[in-house]
Amino acid sequence: MKAFDAAIIGAGVTGAALARELSRYRVSVLLLEKEAEPAFGVSKSNSGIIHAGTQNPPGSLKARLCVEGNRLIAGPLAAELGLDFIRCGQLIAVFDPADLPRLERIKSEGEAMGVEGLRIVDRAWLEANEPNLGPEVRAALFCPTAGMISPYRFVYALVENAAANGTELRTGSEVAAISRGADGVFALVAGGQEYRARFVVNAAGLYADRIAALAGLPPYPIKPRKGEEYLLDRKREHIANHIIFPLPSGKSKGILIIKTSDGNPMIGPTAHDTGDSGDLSTTDEGLAEVLAGARRMMPSISRSDIIAYFAGLRPAAGDDFVIRHEDALPGFFSAAGIQSPGLTAAPAIALMLARLMEGRGLKLEPKKDFRPLREKPVHLFQVSPERTRELIAEDPGYGDIVCRCEMVSAREIRDAIKRGARTLDGVKFRTRAQAGRCHGGFCTTRIMKIMREELALSPLAVTKRGAGSEIIKDERK
Amino acid sequence: MKKRDLVVVGGGPAGMAAARAARDAGVRDILLIERDSHLGGILNQCIHPGFGLHRFKAELTGPEYADRFVKMTAAAPEIEVSLRSFVVKLTPEKRVSYLRPGALEEVEARAVIMATGCRERTREMIPIPGTRPAGVYPAGLAQKMINMEGWIPGREAVIVGSGDIGLIMARRMALEGVKVKAVIEIQDKTRGLVRNVVQCLEDFGIPLYMRHKVARIYGRDRVEGVDVVRVDDNLAAVPGSEFSLACDTVLVSVGLIPENELLEAAGAAIDPRTNGPVSAELKGTSIPGVFACGNSFKVYDLVDWVSRDSELAGKAAAAYLAGGAR
Repeated sequence: MKAFDAAIIGAGVTGAALARELSRYRVSVLLLEKEAEPAFGVSKSNSGIIHAGTQNPPGSLKARLCVEGNRLIAGPLAAELGLDFIRCGQLIAVFDPADLPRLERIKSEGEAMGVEGLRIVDRAWLEANEPNLGPEVRAALFCPTAGMISPYRFVYALVENAAANGTELRTGSEVAAISRGADGVFALVAGGQEYRARFVVNAAGLYADRIAALAGLPPYPIKPRKGEEYLLDRKREHIANHIIFPLPSGKSKGILIIKTSDGNPMIGPTAHDTGDSGDLSTTDEGLAEVLAGARRMMPSISRSDIIAYFAGLRPAAGDDFVIRHEDALPGFFSAAGIQSPGLTAAPAIALMLARLMEGRGLKLEPKKDFRPLREKPVHLFQVSPERTRELIAEDPGYGDIVCRCEMVSAREIRDAIKRGARTLDGVKFRTRAQAGRCHGGFCTTRIMKIMREELALSPLAVTKRGAGSEIIKDERK
Repeated sequence: MKKRDLVVVGGGPAGMAAARAARDAGVRDILLIERDSHLGGILNQCIHPGFGLHRFKAELTGPEYADRFVKMTAAAPEIEVSLRSFVVKLTPEKRVSYLRPGALEEVEARAVIMATGCRERTREMIPIPGTRPAGVYPAGLAQKMINMEGWIPGREAVIVGSGDIGLIMARRMALEGVKVKAVIEIQDKTRGLVRNVVQCLEDFGIPLYMRHKVARIYGRDRVEGVDVVRVDDNLAAVPGSEFSLACDTVLVSVGLIPENELLEAAGAAIDPRTNGPVSAELKGTSIPGVFACGNSFKVYDLVDWVSRDSELAGKAAAAYLAGGAR
């Protein structure tokens, strides 16, 4: 059996970024994902903030990799991969002038780590630049290099480009066994298939502890920390010009007002430890906490603005990322505990892992035919009427609207399926169809029929997010 | 840019009645824009009887009721119908942009009637805590699945809200062999028509829990059950009254909202409470020459009254045009 040079376990943002980084070189890469599609674990519930790099403990991996990741995304990656990275900047708001010294400290620590452009802005600046802020906000730290991105489309872009450069993606492939042979080559069983690989990287997010245990390593303590997020109607798109944080306390960065790259503002997240790595429920208490936190900064936000909500889990493993070679198991690498600012740091984590692997004997010889560019998918809601006309002339399917709330055409849905969408959530994350105010009430059946055409899939086999989440149970005879 | 005397947005019962009434009142150049591949709107999925008792003194199904208006529309050569056409923009100057397979069209209208219908309130708007598995659907979507596609969404269902669509779907699911375990209503009276409570629930032995709410949805991938709790007169949960129901499907029927996003984007005044247009005049909006009717004006119980009132909107548009409006 062929042995891959590297097997990456987990096609979230960490595994996807590493696969894309390794795909520059003449190495064979296997990317294993237990869910039906990439990004369906921790990454899909990410806030989408590309952090500037403040508020990480000085000297930590988080601090260094976040600043570097921000530069990589804003620099080459956004352009190469067609990411909608919007550098809107971030505000850290204080309600009490007595907290200004804490803001000064965040600023000087950020500057020491190389975060550029930080400055403290006063009430007058805020009134001019963020007019919907409530009267309680007295001042803020402005971090101009922060921005936002679509977390799942970031992952899809990385995976698509990695695959175009030779990475082999296997979804629905939960790793069930890992062993290291006498020749030093690993044998993995995933999704009922056997694979061999010289190097293995554990980027399994919430399940990194289980993968470590399978490999016979002492497990790292992954503590899922739940965050509930609430999305507002796109009508409130212009409520905020920046990502707005309160001055943080303790465990998390607090309840934020987040611009998203899709236009819908989002408020949240909560931060509560949970023992259950499958607990994605939202609660009345979470909603009340998020609304109160957001309204303190922006009193005009109301409950009736909320059109959707979800919960995500942060795979916390202590205070810092765990990125290392496991000396007890030569050839095995860990990328665990990748919680905030993991999305930002992912490209830098990938570089760090690639260097660690090279240090252990992986030969990184550049591919002559590496193709760094990935064609950006079309989103009608982003383009001008002139461009819409050109697109329709190219393919009449762009004029065939399926999702009326978010204006998504049949052609965009077919394109998403061609790029790898296999579930209704996969279509939603890629295109926004079903993500608007009607929640798919009008378009779900049409999307299912398009999936039937494109994938020769019985409607009975169409799922929301993989096996077990089938949409319908029977067909009428 | 093409010019039209009257553009009607929406080819459901409201749009068809308005277009025909405007034509009967003398308007000779009408474009009726419909996003679906056929006229009739939501009536097409309402295959149960009970339509037309007032209007036609006959008990019709939704498609039969729609068909009478489709024929009236087809008999009027002054009404041009554009199907699979999706309006993306309305301006205060009454320019209408719409997409259809193969084209982005723009027309300048002297008058516009918005008959864009309504959408269902969703689980997210109540909101119901818990997980977000497959199997939680707006009742109207379940109706479309069963009646239009022949797809049965589940085997054991709980219905949230006793609106008419929820009641009709309780019966529809029961007829398809689905076990409908309960209809849960937070108010102390049903929101639907009395005849629907009798014919759709009582005749089928489906329990209706008033002053109860679904407190939580369970299931990771597919719905596995719900918690139900009694509420007091302030709608607060009564401790100790919780009980669980196993089910694989939750249908949500908690009201309808007029769809007026196009009007709102054009700058028309919208009542934030009802999402209906604010206007001093009959079936009007705050933009002169732009009218609204049907469920996008206000949510109706009976289509018979939609037809009647939409005809008033058609006449009002005709009078506006006859008044020499530009």
